[in-house]
Amino acid sequence: MSMAVVQPGLLSLLQDGGRFGQQRIGLTTGGPLDPEAFALCNRLLGNDPNATLLEVSFGGLVLQANVDTCLCVTGAELPLRINGDDKPLWRVHAVKAGDEIALDFATSGCRSYIGVSEGFSVAPQFGSTSTVTREKIGGLHGDKLQPGDLLPCRAVHNSTLRYLPENCIPQYSRDITLRVIPGYQQAHFSHLQQRRFFSSQYQVSDRCDRMGYRLEGAAIECDIEGILSEGICFGAIQIPADGQPIVLLNDRQTIGGYPKIGSALSLDVARLAQLTPGARVSFEAVTPYGAHNALHLAEYRLRRQPLPEYRE
Amino acid sequence: MQLRPAGENAVILYLGTATSPEVSAQVQAAAEAVVQALGDDLVDLVPSYASLLVIYNPLTTDHLAVCQRVLDAVEVLDTSVAGSSAEVVLPVYYDPEAGADLEQLARRAELSIDEVVALHSQAEYRVYAIGFAPGFAYLGEVDERIATPRLSTPRQRVPRGAVAIADRQTAVYPAVSPGGWNLIGRCPTRMFDPEAEPTMPVAVGDRVRFEAISRERYLELGGELE
Repeated sequence: MSMAVVQPGLLSLLQDGGRFGQQRIGLTTGGPLDPEAFALCNRLLGNDPNATLLEVSFGGLVLQANVDTCLCVTGAELPLRINGDDKPLWRVHAVKAGDEIALDFATSGCRSYIGVSEGFSVAPQFGSTSTVTREKIGGLHGDKLQPGDLLPCRAVHNSTLRYLPENCIPQYSRDITLRVIPGYQQAHFSHLQQRRFFSSQYQVSDRCDRMGYRLEGAAIECDIEGILSEGICFGAIQIPADGQPIVLLNDRQTIGGYPKIGSALSLDVARLAQLTPGARVSFEAVTPYGAHNALHLAEYRLRRQPLPEYRE
Repeated sequence: MQLRPAGENAVILYLGTATSPEVSAQVQAAAEAVVQALGDDLVDLVPSYASLLVIYNPLTTDHLAVCQRVLDAVEVLDTSVAGSSAEVVLPVYYDPEAGADLEQLARRAELSIDEVVALHSQAEYRVYAIGFAPGFAYLGEVDERIATPRLSTPRQRVPRGAVAIADRQTAVYPAVSPGGWNLIGRCPTRMFDPEAEPTMPVAVGDRVRFEAISRERYLELGGELE
């Protein structure tokens, strides 16, 4: 029992919550670029929070159900059609074997999540099903979806049909602020350079992918050119010799030798990953305590989020 | 020793400012101590040349508590019992056929190919860090006479098993990848095999020696030439 991939789209990847505890052997974490949309998709479906979903970048995916189940699409705004009929996102829909599910191209944001009841059943590698194409690990064959792939999933009847209330649906702005915890080589950036970094507006360049988002704008100078290679955490902001910041995401290298001014808050990096080239980004400093407060609030809100039922 | 914030769920501990076996042993010992001290609050650890990145769960503990627990744990480090320090021997077929930059590197160093091979294979190296790609182990330090800077234009494709030098570091490419290091030979040992147990023949802190082998022996051990 499965979903058949009729048309894979530009970049569709199976992802669970991510691969942790393997950085000692050089394996990066992978996982969903927008954990909020990922988490809400699994919650709407009543799944385990770590269930495997499909992350669809930019849209263009067509699946055919070979099984009766329920599905839900969250994240970037895009037209969703089941057998040609328009269906809303952020809502669980029942599908039957033979149904065709089509995601058109994204109009706002660029990462969508499509999940089924109980998630896709894929064997984990190194404790996770997350696909990291650079490492050829995870997913079905360590790669993005290909036409003809079969995504195994179970037949599920009588699932609860839930939806996210309209006023709770995230809006993906093209103008965002990333909260940054200054750290790492912060001391090697002069006060003037730090002020420039935190007061300038940057644009998302066309060099952005699951490894990192390269931004363009005021060049930031560092007192040192390189450092002894060290561990890179999620959201770290590298400043290479050309002074243009790179925000490192899920598929980043585990170690590297460029100076870093600090790291962006994961809640904001999720919004960054929804951006396409040309969108605007600025930075704002936050303490580790401020960051923790924001994380706890987000977790609390997610847990308390009402997901009402509806009847077809 | 210095502890700095790295991110919302990470702190980085610096144990030195330069590469040395002593600092590396301290990193190893600190990694063991932090695993013990943080228990289930620990998510991941990234040891490197002179630093240790500690990633924790920010919903079960907080920055201040982690800083205190890490500093307490590493206050006294016993480097004598630090982690693994196994000796691993990796066979290498050194030849211009297997190492595209071997002749150039020898010319630059004003040495014969045999002398380059001898200098590379006589030394004992330490695994300082693993990263860049799964199973890519940074080994140091290469004899100064054969230390060579990275290529000005990296190759699009370096074959699996390529043995290479960059400055005073050496490594075996675990998989086909782009790369800018100087290629001097090929190693038939799989450096990263997701199906194998253990996945990698080396760990950070291990000592590695290279052993020169013939073309025949290389092929016998499953080596490939293209």
